[in-house]
Amino acid sequence: MKRRGVGYAFVAPAVVHLLVFGLVPIGFALYLSFFKWDLLRDQSPFVGLGNYAAVAQDSGFWKALVNSLYYTALSVPLGLAVALGIALLVAKPLKGLAVFRTVFYLPSVMSQVATAMIWIYILLPKSGFVNTVLGWFHAPNETDFLSQVGWAMLALVFMSVWTGLGPRMVLFLAGIMGIPDSLYEAASLDGASKGRQLWAVTLPMLAPTSLFVTVTSTIAAMQVFTPVYMMTKGGPLDTTDMVGYHIYTTAWRDFHVGEASAQSFVLLAVVMAVAWVQFSSQKKQLEAYSAA
Amino acid sequence: MRRDSAIGNGLAYALLTAVGLFLILPLVWMVLVSFHPSKAAVPELKDLWPTAWHGENYATVLFNKELPVWRFAVNSVVVTACVVVGQLLVTSLAAYGFARLQFRGREFLFSLFLVSMMFAGTVTQIPVYLMVRNLGWLDSYAALIVPGLSSSFAVFMLRQFFVQIPMELDEAARMDGASEWTVYRRVVLPLARPALATAAAFSFFAVWTDFFWPLLSTNSMRMRTLEVGLSVFKNSYGVENWPLQMTAAVVTLVPLVVVFLLTQKTFVKGLTVGSIK
Repeated sequence: MKRRGVGYAFVAPAVVHLLVFGLVPIGFALYLSFFKWDLLRDQSPFVGLGNYAAVAQDSGFWKALVNSLYYTALSVPLGLAVALGIALLVAKPLKGLAVFRTVFYLPSVMSQVATAMIWIYILLPKSGFVNTVLGWFHAPNETDFLSQVGWAMLALVFMSVWTGLGPRMVLFLAGIMGIPDSLYEAASLDGASKGRQLWAVTLPMLAPTSLFVTVTSTIAAMQVFTPVYMMTKGGPLDTTDMVGYHIYTTAWRDFHVGEASAQSFVLLAVVMAVAWVQFSSQKKQLEAYSAA
Repeated sequence: MRRDSAIGNGLAYALLTAVGLFLILPLVWMVLVSFHPSKAAVPELKDLWPTAWHGENYATVLFNKELPVWRFAVNSVVVTACVVVGQLLVTSLAAYGFARLQFRGREFLFSLFLVSMMFAGTVTQIPVYLMVRNLGWLDSYAALIVPGLSSSFAVFMLRQFFVQIPMELDEAARMDGASEWTVYRRVVLPLARPALATAAAFSFFAVWTDFFWPLLSTNSMRMRTLEVGLSVFKNSYGVENWPLQMTAAVVTLVPLVVVFLLTQKTFVKGLTVGSIK
């Protein structure tokens, strides 16, 4: 059958590209992680699991991992809750919804560098937007949010809620509009109140959308780089040094690419573990609803 | 359709407007500041509306001597155009193969694309950098373009669209003696135009706003893209020169906004493809 060979010809360019820039690098990264590979040195001795041992003992890395988990634990649920809440409130066939959707979506396709620059302004002491508003209420208005321990991380969290709000809302609105009316009719025949319908119909039916939003947001949040690079450089006192940025400094400031590769596999393992937990907890929930 | 949990229409519009303003006002602020005198400090909110419109900031930024922003813009256009066109060709060919042709190992090969999506990002950045360096491509268009010429996500998304097109169309064309290339080119691609537009939009936004890879793989001012150039601009002008910084940011964002407005219908539709089965 001649079509068989033709099939290979069609997929060949993409498969070759995938091998060269997708799969071989994964193997190469694993290989690198077993060597004391330094960009500035010629010799790269084999150290076995030495890099992983170094990562295990590197308190800076663990601190970065904890920071990443903290950032993710704040920004993902908050971003999801805000988007879901607003979507539930406005989910009705309103005229002109498309215009709002366009506006909502805009911040998320913007350049992260430009977004970071705008947020630096929003958070400036005195003249920045937040401090100006605080000044109107005669509250202290000289806080430099990005250089205060505690505030800097919260600033990054708020920024991620702002950036992600539009696309998440669009997804939830699509999900809510897709729920069949018959489910609500059946529920009200059974005497379910509006609040009960929200809990028993709307939220369970949105479980797949929530799972998708949670998992993709988590993966992105655990690897966040550009906002940290632009706004805090990991400071103050390493409180916003997150894994994505930490790996960058290990590899491109200290040139320890072997160790950085080991760090990236540890990050991958953590991300996959977190995503797996999210998937399996969601699965239990879905099964419970279908059994009930 | 009625949703009983929802509030009244008026309140819904008010809320939507509030959220819209919350999202859009920072961008309006950016545009207004870009028209302030170039040496000015950050304007207070009450002085935000420019007393005189300093449009010459745009010329200053674009034709800056130390930071050739026009050159960054040319680089961004060249790189984005090459990647979007190349990626569309490579991934639509693959999607056609995976969706509409039979061959041994098809499912296995396709699953490799899905696996690679999990690993994308942090793990592969170092090895790809070392490979590109060994090829002697650092600080060249090749480094900026070639790694982007295919995308697992695009292959996956286009395949999902292609399988929905009725197979009878292919069979009919083959009966008439059409080659696979003709079926791909004359039957499937024209029907898949919305999907191709979505894929192109995704890839445009991803490449135009990519920061990490151009930051790593280029180091001369000659080869920087707008996104990286913008970050250099911020570092070299510091906080003292906000109007010029914001001008540079607007220059970076205008093409994004234009393409977004042109493609947003298919774009938003494409976004929901992955989530709703």
